[in-house]
Amino acid sequence: MSRSDVLVDADWVEAHNGDPGLVLVEVDEDTSAYDKGHIRNAVKIDWKKDLQDPVRRDFVDKDGFAALLSQRGISNDDTVVLYGGNNNWFAAYAYWYFKLYGHQNVKLLDGGRKKWELESRELVTEVPKREPTSYTAEDQNLSIRAFRDEVVAAIGDKNLVDVRSPDEFAGRLLAPAHLPQEQAQRGGHIPTAKNVPWSKAAEEDGTFKSDDALRAVYSEAGVDFDTDTIAYCRIGERSAHTWFVFHELLGQPNVKNYDGSWTEYGSLVGVPIKTGDES
Amino acid sequence: MSADASPAQTAGTQAAAAGCGAPAGGAALTDAGNQAVVQGLVTKDGSPVGTGYARLLNSDGEFVAEVPLGEDGGFRFFAASGSWTLRVLAPGGVRAEQAVAAATGKVVNLEVAV
Repeated sequence: MSRSDVLVDADWVEAHNGDPGLVLVEVDEDTSAYDKGHIRNAVKIDWKKDLQDPVRRDFVDKDGFAALLSQRGISNDDTVVLYGGNNNWFAAYAYWYFKLYGHQNVKLLDGGRKKWELESRELVTEVPKREPTSYTAEDQNLSIRAFRDEVVAAIGDKNLVDVRSPDEFAGRLLAPAHLPQEQAQRGGHIPTAKNVPWSKAAEEDGTFKSDDALRAVYSEAGVDFDTDTIAYCRIGERSAHTWFVFHELLGQPNVKNYDGSWTEYGSLVGVPIKTGDES
Repeated sequence: MSADASPAQTAGTQAAAAGCGAPAGGAALTDAGNQAVVQGLVTKDGSPVGTGYARLLNSDGEFVAEVPLGEDGGFRFFAASGSWTLRVLAPGGVRAEQAVAAATGKVVNLEVAV
């Protein structure tokens, strides 16, 4: 696995846009962003409506994912290039999600929508028409998804990487600062977790830092690259960004994203919580 | 939440209407409730900058949050009491920065000219 297997840049997308077997997919935190303008030929996936079970807190199941991709006209052997706003948070989340259901060929547009916009590249409102396919999803690859019990068991044993902002880590904020601070659960972090905000992996234009710079960021924070890692944030999207860094860019073998993240952990009865800036 | 329509509900409802968040632009809040609101408008030569990003940095200069600018050049953050830095990025390598002090229960309105 190398960087070129999992990342493409804007010039590459412009050169290959429209190639058979290539599907551009926009996934945004602001789910209305696509409608205001998107990269030509890109289809939209709504991280909430399309990827979450409407009743239970969980993902759509295997059949639901297969139906979604079939409807969007995505085949099993297509190369899917994901991009989105907010430094690719939700595009990285979708990347992890596609991998969870076994899609082989997925890439991220480095820098996502932000870099594309800051470079004043073309955005269109025309929605492409794609013929439906018969997509087949695999069972979830649980080697990349962590659940609460294994997170509790990982305290003091595995790397726990809390990728939220320092203020959320310490318990001073309960959500990112562009969301209202009105959550009911406790603030703080999982004991022994290292706080390495996801943003430390990104340049200001949203692109990923170099492999050497990334290794330095996590090593300096006390992450042991010889130990298995679980990343978490508030709802699992920012930690998917960090999962991408560890698993796809740095090639770390045993890395899981805990999608329950703080909204689950911080509401569990009886689990240990630490507040303040220290691990 | 209590039955009375607190301003905090108003703030939350407006952001919730935009999905997960990242409320690009939208009507400016006039009452913060129990939030520490930092909001504002970005302009260039008196006209709104509708394409660009507002980033909030904490007192250590660490990145905390980012939103796309609304069509009216607007942005909004729900911060905590304390000192923050607001940084704007716009096409053409445009950057601007302002220090801001936020406080719970207050709406801070910024005007950022780039």
